[in-house]
Amino acid sequence: MLTLEGIDAFYGDLQALYDVSLDVPEGKIFALVGANAAGKSTTLRVLSGLVAPRRGHVRFEGKDLAPVPAHRRVDLGIVQVPEGRRLFPFMTVTENLLLGGHGARARGGGPAERLDYVYTLFPVLQERATQLAGSLSGGEQQMCAIGRALMARPRVLMLDEPTLGLAPVLVRRIFDTVRTINADGMTVLLVEQNVRQALTIADHAAVLESGRLVLSGRGPELLGDDRLKRAYLGL
Amino acid sequence: MDPARRLGPAEIDVFAQLAVSTLLLGGIYALIAVGLTLIFGIMRVVNFAHGEYLMLGMYLAFWAFSLLALDPYVVLPASLVIFFVVGLLTYALVMRGVIHASHNVQIFTTVGLSIALQNVALVLWTGDFRVIRPWHSSVVIRLGGTAFNLSQVVAFAVAVALTIGLLLFMRRTHTGRVMRATAQDRDAATLMGIDTDRVYRLTFAIGIACVGAAGALVAPLYATYPQAGLQFVLIAYVVVVLGGLGDMAGALLGSLIVAAVEVAGSYVFGAAWKEVLYFVLFIGVLVFRPAGLFGQRGAETLGA
Repeated sequence: MLTLEGIDAFYGDLQALYDVSLDVPEGKIFALVGANAAGKSTTLRVLSGLVAPRRGHVRFEGKDLAPVPAHRRVDLGIVQVPEGRRLFPFMTVTENLLLGGHGARARGGGPAERLDYVYTLFPVLQERATQLAGSLSGGEQQMCAIGRALMARPRVLMLDEPTLGLAPVLVRRIFDTVRTINADGMTVLLVEQNVRQALTIADHAAVLESGRLVLSGRGPELLGDDRLKRAYLGL
Repeated sequence: MDPARRLGPAEIDVFAQLAVSTLLLGGIYALIAVGLTLIFGIMRVVNFAHGEYLMLGMYLAFWAFSLLALDPYVVLPASLVIFFVVGLLTYALVMRGVIHASHNVQIFTTVGLSIALQNVALVLWTGDFRVIRPWHSSVVIRLGGTAFNLSQVVAFAVAVALTIGLLLFMRRTHTGRVMRATAQDRDAATLMGIDTDRVYRLTFAIGIACVGAAGALVAPLYATYPQAGLQFVLIAYVVVVLGGLGDMAGALLGSLIVAAVEVAGSYVFGAAWKEVLYFVLFIGVLVFRPAGLFGQRGAETLGA
């Protein structure tokens, strides 16, 4: 559904991705794992359009996304929850959520209904509705960031390290949510350092190492693969 | 004839008069600073050419009055529209290219724009001081031992209305939310499907529309000439810094403080001291409270 073909990406002169190809199938959970600075976030930024690849193609359902600017990709249903939540800190929880529903795709479906859906998924956000997003705890901020992305009615939801810095109980809560929204029919691309849990829930997975895709396959199978440990630990 | 002198010293309540003068002068400063604050708050660009758009707004009012006998208040709605379009054009032709550049590049660009516009005005309309006297600028209102003129009151009222209007727009409308979101985190806004280039274009156009309209309101009160913007825009920078860099309500309060320093300082020390006084204030704020007098939340964003 969402594919990368032979992507090279750079920050200035620094090459972050080397010939990366992958295919995120519709309706599945796809996990992208790897150590720090392996190029996971860059891969998501290429998909969402924040970084333009120097070589290669990004396609969504066969359509080349090169001429589609980042803000228009949201209208196609490609929505990213950025690393570090990146909420609008001086706005309320509700304002943050409503901004997630900014795109034409979201407005078509009735933002009020969508807000109810998000509040049902994360009741704590309704309790905090009028609080400034910057005053929430880490877990609540992550829920708000996911809720904000869901407001856009994504077809593919891309999550960049959603469990980073969260307590184990909250990590489980976030993974449960990922499974719930996937069961509702949404395709999920999950970037994680929490390899074990990510691979447990993933249908497909790929491992990035120093900007290169070194391993891919079915999620749970990869877990037992010795090559994963080698790639991951850089042995 | 000076109406205050005719009343006689015994009939003027000095402190009441100073207070009224502060309020009215503060209103004029706020009118000019509000657009600058908006542009800085959302785009993080200091528009050094802001005063030149004020000057162009004054010329528009001047020519409409002298050629077509149109009162500046009749020109005011047209000014808003004309300068909104001028803002769109300036953004497309000049600002768009430097919006992601370093602050140095932006400063050189807007300073260059400022000098270019001054000289265009000089070539087109010479350096003469032009004055218009519509009927309301000579209507003196006397109230409880104070005297002031109608044009000042109107400028003040419009300034307050405009600031409150912009505040409500920023806080209550979806477009306002989108503008604040872009100011707080541009990449995150893009990921919400917000076209940030469009947001910047709109912000710049609204800011220029405000200062263009301000030109129509100050034209009856001050002389119009190619450098007319300079005297105000320097004060507007002081106001923007005092108000907390990008905070609209702060800018309104900052205007009143600068006006109070100017009015009280001129009364106590003499008019020649006023610029010394508020630039001492300006430097003091930058040194001791760089986020502004009212900025509790840091200078990076236009919040709340």
